[in-house]
Amino acid sequence: MEHAEPALAVSDLNVEIVGENGAFPVVSEMSLSVRPGETVCLVGESGCGKSMTALSLLRLLPDSARVASGSIRIHGEDFLAMDQRRVEDFRGDQIAMIFQEPLTALNPVLTIGEQIAESVRQHRKVGKREAFARAVKCLELVQMPDPERRARQYPHELSGGMRQRAMIALALACEPKIIIADEPTTALDVTVQAQILGLIADLQKRLGTAQILITHDLGVVAEIADRVIVMYAGRRVEECSVYELFDNPLHPYTIGLMGAVPHRAGGIVSARLTDIPGTVPPLWDLPKGCAFAPRCPGASARCLEERPPFIEKTPGHFAACWEHDNG
Amino acid sequence: MAELAPPLLAVEDLKVHFAIRSGVFQRRVGEVKAVDGVSFDIRYRQTLGLVGESGCGKSTTGLALMGLVKATDGRIVLDGEAALARKGSVPKSHRRRMQIIFQDPFSSLNPRQRVRDIIRAPLDIHNIGTPEERRAEVSKLISLVGLRPDQADNFPHQFSGGQRQRIGIARALALKPEVIVCDEPVSALDVSVQAQILNLLADLQKELGLSYLFISHDLGVVEHVSDRVAVMYLGKIVEIGRKTWIFGKPLHPYTELLLRSAPSHDPHHRHTFSAASDDIPSATRKPVGCAFHTRCPLATDICRQVDPPLEEKGEDHSVACHHR
Repeated sequence: MEHAEPALAVSDLNVEIVGENGAFPVVSEMSLSVRPGETVCLVGESGCGKSMTALSLLRLLPDSARVASGSIRIHGEDFLAMDQRRVEDFRGDQIAMIFQEPLTALNPVLTIGEQIAESVRQHRKVGKREAFARAVKCLELVQMPDPERRARQYPHELSGGMRQRAMIALALACEPKIIIADEPTTALDVTVQAQILGLIADLQKRLGTAQILITHDLGVVAEIADRVIVMYAGRRVEECSVYELFDNPLHPYTIGLMGAVPHRAGGIVSARLTDIPGTVPPLWDLPKGCAFAPRCPGASARCLEERPPFIEKTPGHFAACWEHDNG
Repeated sequence: MAELAPPLLAVEDLKVHFAIRSGVFQRRVGEVKAVDGVSFDIRYRQTLGLVGESGCGKSTTGLALMGLVKATDGRIVLDGEAALARKGSVPKSHRRRMQIIFQDPFSSLNPRQRVRDIIRAPLDIHNIGTPEERRAEVSKLISLVGLRPDQADNFPHQFSGGQRQRIGIARALALKPEVIVCDEPVSALDVSVQAQILNLLADLQKELGLSYLFISHDLGVVEHVSDRVAVMYLGKIVEIGRKTWIFGKPLHPYTELLLRSAPSHDPHHRHTFSAASDDIPSATRKPVGCAFHTRCPLATDICRQVDPPLEEKGEDHSVACHHR
C-alpha cells in the first residue's frame, strides 16, 4: 500500500475569495495526496480552510471563490483543466462527497431510492428498474435496516443516522475510488456517530477507497485516520501519521488543541483545560508572520515577522514552526 | 468531602408533557412525555451534569426549572423553599436565585441592544440598586467574564462566538444567582474557545460559590465539569450518581453504550465500532416497559412490560434497570 500511486494528488493549491474589496486567500499552498485504502484527516477549527479545500477537490466552490493556482490530479488526470462535462462524469464515478447535513444535501422531493438510481443512471447505461435495484443494493451495503422499504421513502421520513447512511449509499452508488467526507458525523448523536464511523471504516476495508475526512473532532481523528493534516488560517501547520500526531505533536497549535479537549488520559481527568487564548484571526487580516504567533505561548520576535516554512522536521513528520528548526 | 454537601436545589418528579394537536380544530390527539418524572438534587457549590442524546428531554428539564416551559407536574425545592412546578410560574424569588446560560450565543442576545444594556436588563427588571449602582455593577460583570470595559457599548454582532457566550454569562450573573442552568453552553463553540469558556465557568464557580446544572450531550465535557452526573434517556433519568461511578463503574446498559460510543482520543487503543444500525425510538413513539429495551443487549420479557424504577445500588449511585 505504501508505494501505491496516489489516487488523488493536490499540489500547491491556492483558493481565494473574491469580494468587493479585492481577493483574499482562504486556502494557501495546500498539498496533499491520498492512496487507495488510506484515510487522510484534515483537522482544524471553523475558518481554517478545511471545507474550502474539500469543495475545491470536487470543483464545487461557490461563485465567490476560485482556485487561484495549483493542481489537482485524480489518477494522474488534471482535474482542474477538465471541461464541465468531463467533471460531471468524474463526480460520482471517480470522486464523491459525503456532506455534513444530509437533510440539506439530499433532495427532499425524491425518494432515497430514486436519488441513488438517478446517480447510477448518470454514469452507467442501465434501465430504470436495474438502477433502482442497484440503489437497494447500495442501501444494503450501508446496512440500512429494511432497504427495500427505505428506498421508497423520502429523506424526512428517516432518522438522522439513517439519512447519513442514505447519503453514504448515494456517494458509493458508482463505486468511486475517492471519497471526501466533510464532517460526516458532526450532526449525529454519539451512539449513532459510532455506528457511522464503524460503517465508514468497514466500507473502506472492503472497497479500498481513498478517503479524505474533514473534521474538527480529534476524537474522530484518533479513531479513523491513517494520516493527519492540521490546518490553521488556511494553511497546513502539521502533517504526519495519526500515531505520530498523538504521540509527538510538534506544532503549538496542535498541542493546544489536544489540551483544550476534555478527555480521559488513562482514566484521569485533568483539572484544568489548557485553553488557547484569543481567537482565530480573520482571513482578510492575517498577521504578517506565523498566523498562530499572536496566540502562541512560545512565540518569538521572528515568529511575528517571518512565516515559518512547512518542512519535514523528522522523517515523515512535517510542521510549520520556527521552534523545531533543528530537531 | 464535597459529596456530603446538602442539596441546594431538589427537583421532585418533574413532568413536562406536550400535547400533539392535529386537524382544523387543533384537537388533542396525543401527548409527548418529554420529561416524565425526573428527580435529582444539586448540591451547594457542585455541578450536576445532565447528559443524554437529542430528544431525551435534558434541555426541556432545564427550561422547566427556569419556568421557561410550563411543567405538567412536579416540585422544585430551592434551599428548603418549595414551589409547585405545575402552576407553571416559578416564583420571582426563585427566578432571582436561578439563572440560565443558553447554547446559542447568537440567538440568545438581542442584536439591537448594546452589551451594557443586555447585562443590565435583569437588574432593571428586578429593580436592584440605583442607576449609578447598576452601571457600576455592569462594569464589574464585564471584567469578571473577561471582556474589556471599552467593549460595553458594542453590539452583539461585533463579538465572536466565545465572547458572546461571555456576555450571556455576565447577564446570568447579574442577579447574583446561586444556581445556574448551563444548557449546552459550549456546543456551538470551536474547541479552543470551548476550553476558555469551561475554564471561566470553573473559575466563577469557585469564586462565587455557584452550583451548576450542566446540560450537555458531550461526555468528555460532562466528565470534566461535573461532580455528579445524571444520564437521561427518553424523558427519564436511567442512572445518577457520583461522577466516578458513572464513568468508572456504570451500571445501566445505556450508560455503557454511551461510554463505548465516545471516541477514544488514542489511536493506539481504537474502539471497534459496530456498523450495525439499531432501532432508535423517539419520545413520540416511546416503547412500553423500559424505554431502552429495543436497544438493550440484556432485555428480557420483564423489560418489555414493566418500566424499572430508579433504585439505589450504592452510595450516591442509582440505576433504573431490572438486570443490574
